[in-house]
Amino acid sequence: MMMKPMMMDQDIKLHSGTRIYGKWHKKNYQIIRHLGSGAQGTVYLAHSNQGEVAIKFGKDPSSLISEVNILKRFVALQGDPLGPYLYDVDDWVTNKGTINFYVMECIKGVTLDDSIRHKGFEWTCVFILQLLKDLSRLHELGFVFGDLKPENLMITESNYRIRCLDFGGTTQIGRSIKEYTEFFDRGYWGMGIRKAEPSYDLFAVMMIFIYAAEKRRFNKTEHPRDELIKKIKTNPKLKPFEKILLKALGGQFHHANDMRQAFLYKMNETNRIDSRITRRRTASSPSKKRYQKKKSVSGWIGASVWAVVIITLYVMYTVLYVM
Amino acid sequence: MNKGKIKQILLITDGCSNQGEDPAAMAALAKEHGIVVNVIGVMENYETDDHGMKEIDNIASAGGGVSQVVQTKQLSQTVQMVTRQAMTQTIKGVVNQELQDILGDSKSMEDLPPEKRGRVMEVVDDLGETVDLEVCILVDTSASMKTKLPTVREALLDLSLSLTSRMGKNQFCLYTFPGKRKDTSKIMSWTPKIDHISQVFSKLASGGVTPTGPAIRDVIKSFSTSSRRHLISHDDEAYDDGPRY
Ligand SMILES: Nc1ncnc2c1ncn2[C@@H]1O[C@H](COP(=O)(O)OP(=O)(O)O)[C@@H](O)[C@H]1O
Ligand SMILES: [Mg+2]
Repeated sequence: MMMKPMMMDQDIKLHSGTRIYGKWHKKNYQIIRHLGSGAQGTVYLAHSNQGEVAIKFGKDPSSLISEVNILKRFVALQGDPLGPYLYDVDDWVTNKGTINFYVMECIKGVTLDDSIRHKGFEWTCVFILQLLKDLSRLHELGFVFGDLKPENLMITESNYRIRCLDFGGTTQIGRSIKEYTEFFDRGYWGMGIRKAEPSYDLFAVMMIFIYAAEKRRFNKTEHPRDELIKKIKTNPKLKPFEKILLKALGGQFHHANDMRQAFLYKMNETNRIDSRITRRRTASSPSKKRYQKKKSVSGWIGASVWAVVIITLYVMYTVLYVM
Repeated sequence: MNKGKIKQILLITDGCSNQGEDPAAMAALAKEHGIVVNVIGVMENYETDDHGMKEIDNIASAGGGVSQVVQTKQLSQTVQMVTRQAMTQTIKGVVNQELQDILGDSKSMEDLPPEKRGRVMEVVDDLGETVDLEVCILVDTSASMKTKLPTVREALLDLSLSLTSRMGKNQFCLYTFPGKRKDTSKIMSWTPKIDHISQVFSKLASGGVTPTGPAIRDVIKSFSTSSRRHLISHDDEAYDDGPRY
């Protein structure tokens, strides 16, 4: 019983073509390729009778059970899905032992982490608004997401919608957070205990925002709180949202929807600033530079004003349409 | 566990013991007392110290606990993860025992179909959240640990953050080894507040040999005096040891 110490870092490696057979439900799957790995499991793209699916294999026999319990609750939910659709839960008996797995909808797209690295900050703003909407629904169901971070969020390629993955950290409100990642955890930054309450997730949302602006994770130093405040006040991308971010930092938002409204309001007010940053970023790309050199100064200003107007319209369009 | 209580020893060390009993044997002894032994090996970077790693593994196996070797900077998250996992593991052990009583033969949670397993896991989760926890922290302060102690301190504070977020009660005590004249010295008696560690940690002296086995043997008593005290008398202040609620 429980005599073996658990090993926490083995990754499950499967070759493309490997056949997976479920012990209980007797369904067949065939591995196509690796999709991603995390602390709890490894996810593969696979063929099934229903078409392409994502299969998550657990690193230890029961690591996936609690997230499966959460995904099951979502199956019955109305409206936009809160997580990937759950198809099957089973065990795969191999000659090296039994591996627990579950089969879910494959979400086609990139992680928020990739999106942050390759797309403008205005996109992150839109995704955060979408995320806050989903979190608000999750909180209403009585759960806190817990391990909120860019790797656990995906952006669908079909309609630019954020989707939560990995409900391994999802915890009933009032209990202690099951799983977290230091950089996004308020406990790590000395900003509160790890109790599941909406403000715990909202702190992580704020950290995702900081991460998106800084494009890197940094370690805490002597005064973690002051450090975050300084980042918020000095980074030009964060500055316009200072009030909201500081409020989330202090755990003063108790509803995701309040934070969303505050962002929505601020974004309408400040998207010019956002756009200017976007323009500066694109302006430094080599192809644009060559183009700019040929233009006169006044012509350049005219063009950039147009760019601001167009980008502003674009942001408004995405805010209104995509959400 | 019968009374809804989990007892753990959390051993934080960086390598090989070199004095006294085999630490794995002492961990097995702890297990006989109903105490789980978890071990965290702190390495500067992954020094390939097979012997040390093996020992760490053996202690946890014998002590029915979880072991993990980490680099100094990852210590915080690992300490809380190991404690939590070991707790779940202990509860699962008990739940499995119950299942065997109900279902007969050698059925365990993993033999149940996924649907039923999900329901059992909810029970395990519930218990993990509400059970009372006693953790005796045992820190290796032999010479080689000196530079790692500030990180250990921080990791323990972080552990308290996680555990105090639970609904169940917690009790901690802190011992270090080697002690001044003995194998072990008691730094902090049982208390619900691990934060007190902050103050005592700066006073920790480091240096000397590594009597891991004897240290485990010693701290088993810190738990057992508590039950003895309950058996003998309730107001015998001569026993400073033993968690109090
Ligand atoms: N349904 C899915 N569709 C597409 N990719 C996925 C899906 N689920 C997980 N992934 C990929 O696998 C990675 C790891 O999965 P995750 O559930 O986060 O594992 P862990 O619990 O170990 O962190 C994710 O970051 C993502 O890139
Ligand atoms: Mg993940």
